Amino acid sequence: MIICVKDDRQAKWNVMLMPSEAKGCNLNVLECSGLVKAFDELVAVDDVGFHIAEGETYGLLGPNGAGKTTTISMISGILESDAGRVMVAGKEITTRTTDGNAEIGYVPQDIAIYPDLTARENLRFFGKLYGIPKDRLGPRIDEVLEVIGLSDRGDDRTEEYSGGMKRRLNIGIGLLHEPSLLILDEPTVGVDPQSRNSILESVELLGQSGTAVLYTTHYMEEAERLCDRVAIIDGGKIRAEGTRRELVELVGQRDTVNLGVIGSAHRLVEDLRSVSEIQQITAAEGSVEILVDGASRVLPRILEVAQEAGVGISGVEVVEPNLESVFLHLTGKALRD
Amino acid sequence: MRASFIIAAKDLSQRIRDKSAILLGFVAPLGLALIFAAIIPDTSSFSFQAQVAVIDNDGGEISATFIDEVLPAVQAEGLLEVEEYSSAAEATAAVEEGTLTAVYIFPQGFSDSLQSGGAATVEIVGNVDESISTQIAKAVLDSYLAEVDAVGVAVGTAMLSGGADVATITERTLESGAAVVLEDTAAENLELDATTFFSGGMAVFFLFFTVQFGVASLLEERHYGTLPRLLGAPINRWSVIGGKAVTSFVLGITSMVVLAIATTFLIGAEWGNPLGVFILMVSGVMAALGIMAMVAVVAKTPEQAANYQAIVAVALGMLGGTFFPLSQGPRILAFFSKLTPHAWFLQGLGDLSGGRGLEAVIAPSLAMLAFFVVTIAIASRWRGEVLAP
Ligand SMILES: Nc1ncnc2c1ncn2[C@@H]1O[C@H](COP(=O)(O)OP(=O)(O)O)[C@@H](O)[C@H]1O
Ligand SMILES: [Mg+2]
Repeated sequence: MIICVKDDRQAKWNVMLMPSEAKGCNLNVLECSGLVKAFDELVAVDDVGFHIAEGETYGLLGPNGAGKTTTISMISGILESDAGRVMVAGKEITTRTTDGNAEIGYVPQDIAIYPDLTARENLRFFGKLYGIPKDRLGPRIDEVLEVIGLSDRGDDRTEEYSGGMKRRLNIGIGLLHEPSLLILDEPTVGVDPQSRNSILESVELLGQSGTAVLYTTHYMEEAERLCDRVAIIDGGKIRAEGTRRELVELVGQRDTVNLGVIGSAHRLVEDLRSVSEIQQITAAEGSVEILVDGASRVLPRILEVAQEAGVGISGVEVVEPNLESVFLHLTGKALRD
Repeated sequence: MRASFIIAAKDLSQRIRDKSAILLGFVAPLGLALIFAAIIPDTSSFSFQAQVAVIDNDGGEISATFIDEVLPAVQAEGLLEVEEYSSAAEATAAVEEGTLTAVYIFPQGFSDSLQSGGAATVEIVGNVDESISTQIAKAVLDSYLAEVDAVGVAVGTAMLSGGADVATITERTLESGAAVVLEDTAAENLELDATTFFSGGMAVFFLFFTVQFGVASLLEERHYGTLPRLLGAPINRWSVIGGKAVTSFVLGITSMVVLAIATTFLIGAEWGNPLGVFILMVSGVMAALGIMAMVAVVAKTPEQAANYQAIVAVALGMLGGTFFPLSQGPRILAFFSKLTPHAWFLQGLGDLSGGRGLEAVIAPSLAMLAFFVVTIAIASRWRGEVLAP
């Protein structure tokens, strides 16, 4: 058992480790609260706060202009906040502090590398800036080049790289100093499907290796695939937060069962009304769409009804509710317009 | 501090790699200085002729000898032109206006005082904008007085005995004093001065382009998107600015020092007292840094900044007299040129090259540092925006 005690005044963590169970305590790598940032009249970020535990991958899901970049710019100590507080690994972060910054690996949304330097030189420069000791820096650069798959191109100028390679180096610079918290700002925007997949895989690996990750995106598939918890952000406010399941349940979303039918769909619709779990049925030529609580439980019953009614089934598709539908429900608009 | 140097080292390696800094900081100024030195070989096209006047309140033997014998002899060599002015006030006003280079004012009782073994002073009022011509005028008087001093007793004796050997003194003045100095100044120094002038002029003209690299690289960091990375790094954010300043400073000083050495050996430029020259260079780099920073904060993109900076660098360079000596242009230009660091730099250099000591760089250096202070103060009004991600 682990007991975490946080002394707020001193912003320090006291951790007591009980040897029997070395699991279960979530030491927060990031804690932020009350973040506000306005640009003139526009309030870009409005009272945003959340926390990320060690080893957790946390998603900020929201459309363009939601305030994702502004939020993480304040968390990284790049942008001065109007209000709020950020603690990373127990150290306060503002634009004037420098201590905690080494705990953060920041990967900007736009590719941020020097085109006239090689990948190795880019990494070396940022490595020095982050104070990586000289004897450690060389081997670490080789490691990172390996991880991002640029070992054989490390001595080429980055202006000769493809978009995907630049993206990977962009991430590599953030990983270089082995931060406790890696912040990735929409790392897959404008990337070919293959590079995108390799980026997603690396993030998954990082999450498994125990690094806390803050991942922003406007792709709900990415948030669903990568993140342990997701915050839905829109108009500078967090609208909801939780695991995928929690979010889906929060708004009472049901599974959708799509049946391809041979014969009278009308007859089937009549008969299915007897199944209490079914919330809504929509019939069309050759298909029936059923909204239901717990599709996996009810599906056998649905198929039974169809058989009794003498309706042939040509196909079954179960669609679980996704964050897209949650977003739609919460904000009345689509993630991507 | 450490971070500033890491950033500067990165910037410098980028600049060396793209060769633009080497081109603008060294190749171009040296090339132009060589070309100018080659196409303007004889100094006669540069008339460093001094217009002088004498106000003789003394009316004694010594002043009379200077006026009647020495000056005409020097005038015959084509270095001086003597003009008539009736009062000291009128002549001094003419010097201030710039129509006259210098005026000698012999005080009342000058000759008597000297002849009776006492001390006396001749006042010389010179135009600071024409330091070389003024130096010539002063040199003529100096060597005459030195000669009078050397044969002081003889003069006194000869005068008293009524058989003043004025001709001998004049002759010896020309031979041993003024003649030597004049030969120096006229035949060699002036020629070298044209060379030094172009070397210094090109060095300070291109300095503004060299310094610009450091300043513009801050905008470049934003353009590349690397500025947020620098701001997010565990370093004080002012060390980003510091790094850019170090880059500019190193590029500027290196370019000037290399140019001074190269022109000294290649075309025989005489920069003068090395410490004085270095002080002028440091002040010049600071002034250029401030002006270029002020121009850059107004710009939104690296391209825009480069354009603005080029316009400012050329305009100030022209006005500051880096392409032709200000003494050759209209008077009004000489006045407005003092609104440029270039003119101050060249004035300091001219004085050093003319043989003046370290004190000659005090005023020009302070003037250039004033440019730095004022422009940095203006630029820092935008400091929030400069370091916004
Ligand atoms: N520097 C800035 N000046 C003015 N408005 C800004 C600035 N940065 C962001 N904004 C505005 O703030 C809002 C949030 O932007 P951003 O955080 O970049 O959103 P996201 O990253 O979610 O796409 C947007 O409306 C954007 O136009
Ligand atoms: Mg963004």
